[in-house]
Amino acid sequence: MSGWVKLMQLLCWLTPPAVARYLSVRLFHAVITMVVAVSLIFIAMRMLPGNPLLARFGQHPDAEQMQRIIHEQGWDRPILSQLGQFLHQLVTTGDFGESISRSNENVSDELTRRIPATIELTVVAMLLAVPIGVAFGVAAAVWRNRWPDRLCMAGAMLGVSVPVFFLGICLRAIFTGMPIGFRLPAFEIDFEPITEFYLLDTLLQQRFDLFATAFKHICLPALALSSIPMSIIARITRSSMLEVLGEDFIRTGRAKGASSWGVVLRHALPNAAAPIVNIAGFQIGLLLSGAVLTETVFDWPGMGKYVVDAVRENDYVIVQAGALVIAAIFVTANLVVDLLYLWLDPRVRLS
Amino acid sequence: MNAPDTIESPKQRAWVRLRRSSSARTGSTVILCFLLIAVFCQILAPYAPNSRDATVDAPSGPTAKHWLGVDANEKDVLSRVMYGSRLSLFAGLISITFAVSLGAPAGAIAGYFGGWPETIIMRSIDIALAFPSILIALLVATAYKPGWSAVIIAVGLINVPVFARQVRVTVLTIRGLDYVTASRALGASPLHILVRVIVPGIVNPVVVLATMGLGAAILEVAGLSFLGVGGDPTEPEWGSMLAQAKDHLSSSIWPAVGPGVAISLAILGFNLLGDGLRDALDPRLGES
Repeated sequence: MSGWVKLMQLLCWLTPPAVARYLSVRLFHAVITMVVAVSLIFIAMRMLPGNPLLARFGQHPDAEQMQRIIHEQGWDRPILSQLGQFLHQLVTTGDFGESISRSNENVSDELTRRIPATIELTVVAMLLAVPIGVAFGVAAAVWRNRWPDRLCMAGAMLGVSVPVFFLGICLRAIFTGMPIGFRLPAFEIDFEPITEFYLLDTLLQQRFDLFATAFKHICLPALALSSIPMSIIARITRSSMLEVLGEDFIRTGRAKGASSWGVVLRHALPNAAAPIVNIAGFQIGLLLSGAVLTETVFDWPGMGKYVVDAVRENDYVIVQAGALVIAAIFVTANLVVDLLYLWLDPRVRLS
Repeated sequence: MNAPDTIESPKQRAWVRLRRSSSARTGSTVILCFLLIAVFCQILAPYAPNSRDATVDAPSGPTAKHWLGVDANEKDVLSRVMYGSRLSLFAGLISITFAVSLGAPAGAIAGYFGGWPETIIMRSIDIALAFPSILIALLVATAYKPGWSAVIIAVGLINVPVFARQVRVTVLTIRGLDYVTASRALGASPLHILVRVIVPGIVNPVVVLATMGLGAAILEVAGLSFLGVGGDPTEPEWGSMLAQAKDHLSSSIWPAVGPGVAISLAILGFNLLGDGLRDALDPRLGES
């Protein structure tokens, strides 16, 4: 605990009071929002008609055995008392409990395997989306209303319109040689995962053959996932660049004889960066939490697919855990984006 | 310079801008085509949506008899895509109407009155926005009796915050304008100001958002039914057709092309029309 206090003190010392106040208010709101949201899901899931134990025991379960398990796990107690126990257990041990529909599956363990899968997919997708999106956006702004602009913006329009699950199916059909369904085939994981990010793990242990395999597995899902953020980033970059390119200091730069690409890249782009960072961060939050459809198309063993399958089986232990993790990631990503925005553009009011 | 008969109202000017915008023209043409197909699909479609053709080895690609191929159940893809436009357009329209009728008043109340109504409304929107919308929709759709009505309600619900937020921001901007102050100074009641003075100002952004929202709603409906939430899978619907095609991808991709292109075109149409409307109705609204 004292470590946290020291960290907070350091943060307070580093950050000016206005930012600190803003940050603490935002953090407070974020925590309240998440607790309320998870409580709502907790209660709602328990009031649903379906019976999650049916998935584990089949349609004709042994009534006595089922009763015993329900009693053991405390699922017959009042909902609010279950909620209290869930939150208490979560805060003290960080444990989410055991899955209902699948026996002997600890939800926390499963999540620690699946969260890295989703994060890895998101990171690779954004590594594709940001540079390509920004490049297209800059090109469109520089050659405004000429064919590169038309081409980039038509592409971006198409990118936001084609559903990711259709794009995924097309990619699968076109690149039939690419592997689908795992991050790495189970028999090839003969190394000790350190971070559970396979691309990083294989590099750290200098298993370049496995790195290539893992890269092949992530290519298509990441490509499909990147299409929408790429298009949105291209559009935002274009409009932000157009605004900056019309300003006086750009004309001054040109008048002083700076090369035209130098002006664009060194003066205009940094000044146009704030909205791009904002939208890119927002998209990261969306991808991390919402790669559900992509993960389903490619059978990617990530968090989204885990939660979707659990919703269908009424497995509320998984759903509430997944919902909490997803909400936490999403809220944190948005908070980080807001802080970055503040740092990039101090003109933004602290409110 | 202006002869009296060329003086135009803002509405006329917007209409002229809209007719000049190529994206609005393309978008509305696409949407009109889909509407015609949806209305007249019984005449236009070559086969009934559930009639089987046992003579082909399904699934297969385009032939003279089946222009977009045949799916794994020996059903004609083109006919099913045509019939599917009914459900998609209908579901999109109903869910966005639902979202507007819930979100716009909530946003207007939050923006105009402020205080505790605003706190309650905006806090609950924050809570809803802490989750990816598809997850909420999935929860709602499974919680409710499964079927298309559950999907429509779920998609409507996740779009409520979109309208509530936009309307609130617009109302906040309008509230500070001189003509509102003037009307308050003339002794108008808060209700009169809200309904007669402020509401006309929020119509334009809501129309733009609703048009783009229709595309998003069609996408969300298809996404949910792709995930297996929805009604009867024998009913022609683009999302479930794609889900089924995905399972038979190794034999033929054609059953996926029809519904996939249809969804993309429909969304593209609404996005283009929305872009055109935005530029025509409020040139200052800009991106996002």
